[in-house]
Amino acid sequence: MKIMEFKESLLQKIKDSLPKFEFTSSESIGELTFSINKKDIVMVCQLLKNDPDLSFNLCEDITAIDWARRTDRYTVVYHIFSMDNKFRLRLKCNVDEEDCSIDTVSSVWKTADWEERETYDMYGIKFNNHPDLRRMYMPEEFEYFPLRKDFPLMGIPGSLPLPKK
Amino acid sequence: MGLEAKLKQDGFFTTTIDALAAWSRKNSIWPMPMGISCCAIEMMAVGDPKFDIARFGSEVMRFTPRQCDLMIVAGTVTFKMAHVVKKIFDQMPEPKWVIAMGACTSSGGMYRSYNVVQGIDQFLPVDVYLAGCPPRPENLLNALIQIQEKIGKTRVRDYPDLTLEPQTSQQN
Repeated sequence: MKIMEFKESLLQKIKDSLPKFEFTSSESIGELTFSINKKDIVMVCQLLKNDPDLSFNLCEDITAIDWARRTDRYTVVYHIFSMDNKFRLRLKCNVDEEDCSIDTVSSVWKTADWEERETYDMYGIKFNNHPDLRRMYMPEEFEYFPLRKDFPLMGIPGSLPLPKK
Repeated sequence: MGLEAKLKQDGFFTTTIDALAAWSRKNSIWPMPMGISCCAIEMMAVGDPKFDIARFGSEVMRFTPRQCDLMIVAGTVTFKMAHVVKKIFDQMPEPKWVIAMGACTSSGGMYRSYNVVQGIDQFLPVDVYLAGCPPRPENLLNALIQIQEKIGKTRVRDYPDLTLEPQTSQQN
């Protein structure tokens, strides 16, 4: 019951604070998802974190989805959690293939730094103004992005060099 | 042992340098525990009193490659880690041996994927492949005994280039 109340107050708060902000909200298994435009991401995240009533103070995960044939090929997904209200929220932003970039939220949550690096490493989505956008798992000279749908499971032969025998 | 009886009787015994060197080498193999993932847990179990690798003279697990004879590669070797494993292997002095412990190390195992080396024999000279995921500690002891048998057959002239300095390979 408390959670339902919080959900209402969250939606109301966003409408009051950001009147021009466009988003669609949907719910699945009791968890709320906002689909938003990628230009709004930093603004929304700042509000969600810094507002004392909302205080989404934990950025649990940042990842992406590759839809392969869709017009907006990628979706960047943010899982954020409010420890004070025990409420989890999911944000989704579509990113197209030509301009494969989105603004960083590492200025809002410090932990987003590495989560965005991981997403960049696996999907090749660039995070604008990121302080240190290097690869995380793959070697730095690696040229491909393994979790993209067009990347073969066994990799590109010769792209990862082995030491000589 | 029969050695004391022999010495009591004659005061000396004859052997070959080959036999003596191989005998002393095979009974004090110092392993380099290259524990990369879950196989390392079973490798640690081999060191405990229950399985007791000391019975085979290999209890001295050195964490510096410069004092080791045997590299136990225990775990999944990724392409990124392969360079590290090779660099450590290169620092081990000759003669040296390698056990590929477990399915991942031997063949990539269940990680049929772009990031895992499909068998470390692509860049290391493996002496014994060890099946299992992870292998039982007895199985590792069995591999050690097989290595000992192999070392027992070596001769001094198998290693003509041996020096006291550790050999490092030229390439990185």
